[in-house]
Amino acid sequence: MLKTIAAAMLMSAAFVVTVHAQDGGKVTIVTSFSKDVTDPFKAGFEAANPGFTLDVQNKSTSSGVKYIDETKVNNQVDLFWASAPDAFDSLKSRELLAKFTPSVTGLPEKVGSYPVNDKDGYYFGFAASGYGIMSNDRYLEANDLPKPVEWSDLTKPEYHDHIAIAAPSRSGTTHLTIETILQGEGWDKGWATLKGIGGNLQQVTERSFGVPDAVNSGQTGIGIVIDFFAFSAQASGFPVSFAYPSVTTVVPANIGIVANAPNQAGAEAFVNYLLSEKGQAVLLEPAIRRLPINPALYEKAPEGFPNPFKDPRFQSMITFDADVSKKRTDVVDTLYDQLISFQLDNIKGATKAIHEAEKAVAANEQAAARALLTEAHALIAAMPITAEEAASQQIRDAFTGGEEKTARQAELEQKWAGFASEKYAAAKAKAEEALALVD
Amino acid sequence: MALVQSIPIRRVSAKPGQIFAISLIALFLAIFLIIPAGTVIYTAFTEKGTGALTIVNFVDFFNTDLFRRSFFNSVYVSGMSVVWASAIALPLAVLTTRFDFRGSLIIQTLGFVPLIMPPFVGAVAMQLLFGRNGTVNLILNDWFGIRIPFMEGLNGVIFVQSLHYFPFILINLSTSLRNIDRSMEEAAQNLGSSGVRLFRRIVFPLAMPGYLAGASLVFVKVFDDLATPLLLNVKDMLAPQAYLRVTSVGLTDPMGYVISVILIAVSIFAMWLSAVAMRGKDYSTTQRGGGGLSRRKLSRGESVIAYGVVGLILLLVLSPHIGLLLLSLATVWSFSPLPDAYTVAHYGRVFGESSLYIKNTLIYASLAGLIDVVIGGAIAYLVLRTKVVGRRWLDWAATAALAIPGVVLGIGYLRTFYGITLPDGTPLATLWVMVVLALSIRRLPYALRACYAALQQVSESLEEAAENLGATKQRTIRRIVLPLMTGGLLAGFVTSFSTAAVELSATLMLIQSNSDAPIAYGLYVFMQSPAGRGPGAALGVIAVIMVALCTLLSHYVIERRQKALGMTK
Repeated sequence: MLKTIAAAMLMSAAFVVTVHAQDGGKVTIVTSFSKDVTDPFKAGFEAANPGFTLDVQNKSTSSGVKYIDETKVNNQVDLFWASAPDAFDSLKSRELLAKFTPSVTGLPEKVGSYPVNDKDGYYFGFAASGYGIMSNDRYLEANDLPKPVEWSDLTKPEYHDHIAIAAPSRSGTTHLTIETILQGEGWDKGWATLKGIGGNLQQVTERSFGVPDAVNSGQTGIGIVIDFFAFSAQASGFPVSFAYPSVTTVVPANIGIVANAPNQAGAEAFVNYLLSEKGQAVLLEPAIRRLPINPALYEKAPEGFPNPFKDPRFQSMITFDADVSKKRTDVVDTLYDQLISFQLDNIKGATKAIHEAEKAVAANEQAAARALLTEAHALIAAMPITAEEAASQQIRDAFTGGEEKTARQAELEQKWAGFASEKYAAAKAKAEEALALVD
Repeated sequence: MALVQSIPIRRVSAKPGQIFAISLIALFLAIFLIIPAGTVIYTAFTEKGTGALTIVNFVDFFNTDLFRRSFFNSVYVSGMSVVWASAIALPLAVLTTRFDFRGSLIIQTLGFVPLIMPPFVGAVAMQLLFGRNGTVNLILNDWFGIRIPFMEGLNGVIFVQSLHYFPFILINLSTSLRNIDRSMEEAAQNLGSSGVRLFRRIVFPLAMPGYLAGASLVFVKVFDDLATPLLLNVKDMLAPQAYLRVTSVGLTDPMGYVISVILIAVSIFAMWLSAVAMRGKDYSTTQRGGGGLSRRKLSRGESVIAYGVVGLILLLVLSPHIGLLLLSLATVWSFSPLPDAYTVAHYGRVFGESSLYIKNTLIYASLAGLIDVVIGGAIAYLVLRTKVVGRRWLDWAATAALAIPGVVLGIGYLRTFYGITLPDGTPLATLWVMVVLALSIRRLPYALRACYAALQQVSESLEEAAENLGATKQRTIRRIVLPLMTGGLLAGFVTSFSTAAVELSATLMLIQSNSDAPIAYGLYVFMQSPAGRGPGAALGVIAVIMVALCTLLSHYVIERRQKALGMTK
């Protein structure tokens, strides 16, 4: 009752205010970004565009996409604002985004090797993000571990049980990391690296932020994360470090106007503000620390802040093929879940056995034992399907329910999981055999 | 034992009033639970792509190793959690209701606080204390070179769940114990029974409705809970599997909904089982105790032991909140037993906004609790006291709400109510009332079980007596049944209220603007960045204190009422 009266009073007050201000009113934005990110932008936008108010609705990327899809019949949202480009692609393919040409010009077309904006003008990059390895300095020191720099470092025995990653099926950014490794190293070698890291994982979290959270608090030593998680943690005083491996990529974080936006003018004003120099400067605030898309801003950046437009590391980064990625998104995510996330105990057990056997064999070199270990590694790395199969119409249709499917998704999952647990058990047996030979 | 025997059930033909009540509740459940959830769960019975009706998805469920393993893990974890939760709740309930124990009120309230675990921050705080590199393990490792895996694997889930949900048993069991008539105990004592035997043969059996209500809630809640397994990164259990599949981007996978259907089936089965266990037994007593059980004084030695046990248990169950408090005052807390330094800046940061969140939370949670008690009480009455056709279905439908993941209900609400527009053009689903309704549906099972247990302890002969004296049904309910059920109703309200106050999953889908947001949502938006951890924890502490104060208040009311009753005797 009280609330109704209060709401009525607020509404009439708001009415009076809007009449006086004569402006576009409320701009509604759905975002996955935290309050630390949205608050400064809200303040800046409202100051730069008097009369507009920004109403922030915080949802995870996946529920944001679901929300916009479910509410399209009577859309109340003006903007969608998140990191993962694939979420925008998904919205665009369902015709839930509107075309727009920002008034801000002179921004680069590419960051690293990734196009900044959607080629059809449905969404726009406003910040760059690279993927890499974050580590807790205190944790590493206490466990006497060197700082990992490359993906392949993470497959080493000393990092066993010290690494965290978000499940790629849950985190669009981790999905891109996985896809980057697969594209950079090739399907088979890429999966061998991923499973090598998989055997050393301590946890697979279900939220992107779960990983930096675990590293910040020292529950785990090393996390595979998007760069700004580490930079903003450093700016908040946490004892953490970050490294870009040589096989990585920078991709833009994006914003797009939702189709049939109730406040189109307000939405456009916000996109223009976000891409303007004023808006871009907000990205450098300590609690945000994302790489601006406007190269001019880097002159104001703090010491040691990476510049993706100048830094040679970023120029040598691999070309990320979004089409290849898009074709096999569901397959790659499901493979990761079935072969690593849901088999974590098995793959860790086998990997540990191999590490122990390798140590023993190194001390007492025997050809037969070495051969067994090579076999064990091959068993861990074995894949149930090839890259061609992963992108084939039959398998894609199993996930979308299309006509050419030869099996249901659930059947494929069961098959892959069975394949993995069998191979991991065999690998463990080989490693134990090798250990018995040299012991 | 004279009381526990089958008594012939009276045949009551359905009165118009009863039919009206049952239709009204059925309508409410249909509109706000069955239809919204149905629009989403329907997918479980369709073939992907074509949308044709099929049960092949259920065949797939039982053919998948992962799901079978998840199923058995969930059953095992739920069962073990009931065992451990009972071990924690029993001593607290007995000591505070049966003995002259100073600070019973505080213990009853503090013992209740674990239920109020704000999302995310609670998890972080637990990890900081009990995680692999949490306070306890860092100290153990320093001193003895060992680590105890409190928070790992299925045992970790059992540990956290027992700490989190034992209040369900505590609150329902305590209410039952308070409702037992002292004369029962005195009669047994006159016949020479005492001590453990008295408790085992007389007191505990009489408190059985409350214990079973709590234990079945713990079982079902643990079975359906997804937050704890996910925070411990345990994925091979049913509820997390359902959640992971329902919420992943881009997948239109029926298996998530298939699992939801299985969760609902198991939950209803468990409730049915607990109903069967009670069938044919009568736990009611005609007399209402003068202030419940007689309270025995503890000897000095007993006192020391009792206070020691209570202190230890409270320290254990409140540790997440101690962790939360530390986190809210910490500057940086990373890989160290305690934070590096302390500050109150985080409270300053949330101070301005928190009043809005608190106001919304209080409004939403108390309205939801009120709706729950009214509907829960009505369903309990219809099931236990009338023979109206379909009354059991109401019970089961309301219970099924436990098993429906919040996000499924949230999406269902959007699908069902977004198309309906209000006169001013905004969709019905965006109204804050919908949040209240979603919360009340989600928390209805809690209140329902409490009302059920309370009514089971009221003897029908009292109502019959009233009716013999010429009172109408309505008057009997108002003057006899309701006053005797007050304790249970309040217990139901408190449980619904306090858990609704920290609910997030359904809320996150339905909140349309910051000005309508409850505190759990405020927490969520803070907890997504490293700098937001402290303010988030501060908001969490505020939420816990707020809900705890409300709980304390209602316990105070119960105690006062009990005393007043005792005095008039």
